[in-house]
Amino acid sequence: MRFLEFDTLTEILTTMRENKLRTFLTGFAVAWGIFMLIILMGSGNGLKNGITANFNDRATNTMMVWSGRTALPYKGFKAYRKVNLTNDEITMLKNRFKEIGAISGEIDRNSTVSFTTESGSFNVSGVQPGYGLINNMKIKEGDGRFINDYDINQARKVIVLSKKVADVLFKNKKALGKWVKVDGLFFQVIGIDTNNTMNNEGKCYIPINTAQKLYQTGNKIYNISFTILGFTTKEEIDAFGQKIRETLGRQLIIHPDDLNTIGLWNQAADYEQTMKIFSTIDLFILFIGICTLIAGIVGVGNIMVITVKERTKEFGIRKALGATPGTILRSILLESIVITSLFGLLGIILGVGLLELIGKAMGVGNESSEGQTMQLFKNPSVNLTLVLGATGLLVLSGLFAGYIPARKAVRIKPIEAMHAE
Amino acid sequence: MPQATSMIRFENINKTYQGVQPLHVLKGVDMNIQKGEFVSIMGASGSGKSTMLNILGILDDYDTGHYFLDGTLIRNLNETKAAEYRNKMIGFIFQSFNLINFKNAMENVALPLYYQGIPRKKRNILAMEYLDRMGLKDWWHHYPNELSGGQKQRIAIARALISQPKIILADEPTGALDSVTTDEVMDVLQKVNETGITMIIVTHEFSVAQRTKRIIHLKDGLIESDSTSHYEIP
Repeated sequence: MRFLEFDTLTEILTTMRENKLRTFLTGFAVAWGIFMLIILMGSGNGLKNGITANFNDRATNTMMVWSGRTALPYKGFKAYRKVNLTNDEITMLKNRFKEIGAISGEIDRNSTVSFTTESGSFNVSGVQPGYGLINNMKIKEGDGRFINDYDINQARKVIVLSKKVADVLFKNKKALGKWVKVDGLFFQVIGIDTNNTMNNEGKCYIPINTAQKLYQTGNKIYNISFTILGFTTKEEIDAFGQKIRETLGRQLIIHPDDLNTIGLWNQAADYEQTMKIFSTIDLFILFIGICTLIAGIVGVGNIMVITVKERTKEFGIRKALGATPGTILRSILLESIVITSLFGLLGIILGVGLLELIGKAMGVGNESSEGQTMQLFKNPSVNLTLVLGATGLLVLSGLFAGYIPARKAVRIKPIEAMHAE
Repeated sequence: MPQATSMIRFENINKTYQGVQPLHVLKGVDMNIQKGEFVSIMGASGSGKSTMLNILGILDDYDTGHYFLDGTLIRNLNETKAAEYRNKMIGFIFQSFNLINFKNAMENVALPLYYQGIPRKKRNILAMEYLDRMGLKDWWHHYPNELSGGQKQRIAIARALISQPKIILADEPTGALDSVTTDEVMDVLQKVNETGITMIIVTHEFSVAQRTKRIIHLKDGLIESDSTSHYEIP
């Protein structure tokens, strides 16, 4: 059939060019729908990627335990007894559970940290080498190292500063190797932690036994954190957490019904909860996306109806000149396809382009930020198949919306059509 | 004198418009128009002349009777077939010109050839030829809203001629024109007729009808008079 050839396309393009407003209005509905859809989905994905990336800053499966006061009397102990975790519990846990990977106790205090005339009050935490791994701490090349076993064995007076502390005390000068004063004692800086997740803001790390001496707390620790290996489901992890509690309960002489004395947090539960929020966000975005799409469909449909009505006279003339109803119908539908596809493509290009720009701008922003902003937005991207599908749907709906009035229009007798204004 | 052959033959044509009050518009019209004739159809509004034109132009169907166009029975054609006949056999000229606004003069003239599947280049060359015949060659790139009524009608005539039709149907071709332009357009139509194309003009203006060689008067759906009165009127 020759009506699908180049000449037909030229005829359609001429019609489009000479009816710019109409073409634009039809196209705009499509381009805008697709554009908004991409921006919405991209933003949703960016948010998700950003937060997921934050999770990845920590080892995926970590657990932390701490102790509080008992609620029940047990084996001669009164209720409301303060239970303390000690170095013994670390050793016990590590020895008893092969599921535990890296482990670290922690004891912290706010101390005055100073260098020459600069000083500030920061959280100084006594930790073990495992702490770095548990918190996925990455000390960059040239920024030194984290606390290691030698530091612990020799109870060295060494300190790792978070970037914020280093900035406060040293401004732009090199901090590595310098000596800072912590509550009157000198510590040598062995590493700078440039991790920018929020919880190591203004934090300093020293060997745990050095801290216990400095703070004069004996072998007491505030919490124990550790990575756990070989678990896949939340149920398994929860069961393991319960086992840890029971073991610690026996060790610390706590009533079996009073295990809430031992606080326990595991990231898996946290992660799962966040994922639930995400699926809700996903659902919400999908809902808005569908609404946007419907708005686009209605827009295209409306314009097609008006277009056909506006062109009734033209169709009448064309029919009088020998156009068959089929030819006219085909040209209306082809025009609709050309416009919706072209503008759909435009919407895709603009939307994806904007997302790329945003992604880039946010990426740059993160590098230059002073380790303060948590990365909330990362790599905003869209599922291209989904977007192409949505475009296809708009093209189809334009076709459908055009078909019904067009069929009616081409059935009108040419004489009546020509009298229509 | 060449052997006269029938171009249009109406045999007892009836047409009723259905509605709440059915309207019997054509009440058994018989008419015969030979090849190359220059005919005007006159009548008051409601006389059925527009209906007759629509049937002549295969724009509308009739109820009973027979309509032969160049020996072919035109009856119950489907839309596609009707479009093909219109395209090949009939050229239309309308009171309101009915040019397509967003196409320039040349494209308007070339449009019937598009529906014959003639390539664009050839279409445009032919369109320029016909525009030249109408003295509008220099106006080819103008759009209808940039042209005067007379120019528009001449473009419409060029468009009607380009497919080399057997008959030209003109519906009040001068209805929207002043008297000077009317004369010009009638001159053109007369020249077209002299090339051998059958020309049928529907009009209510007597001065226009006068310029044709045969006047058919319609009244209440029947032919009241049919005369070669052109020569009789002083």
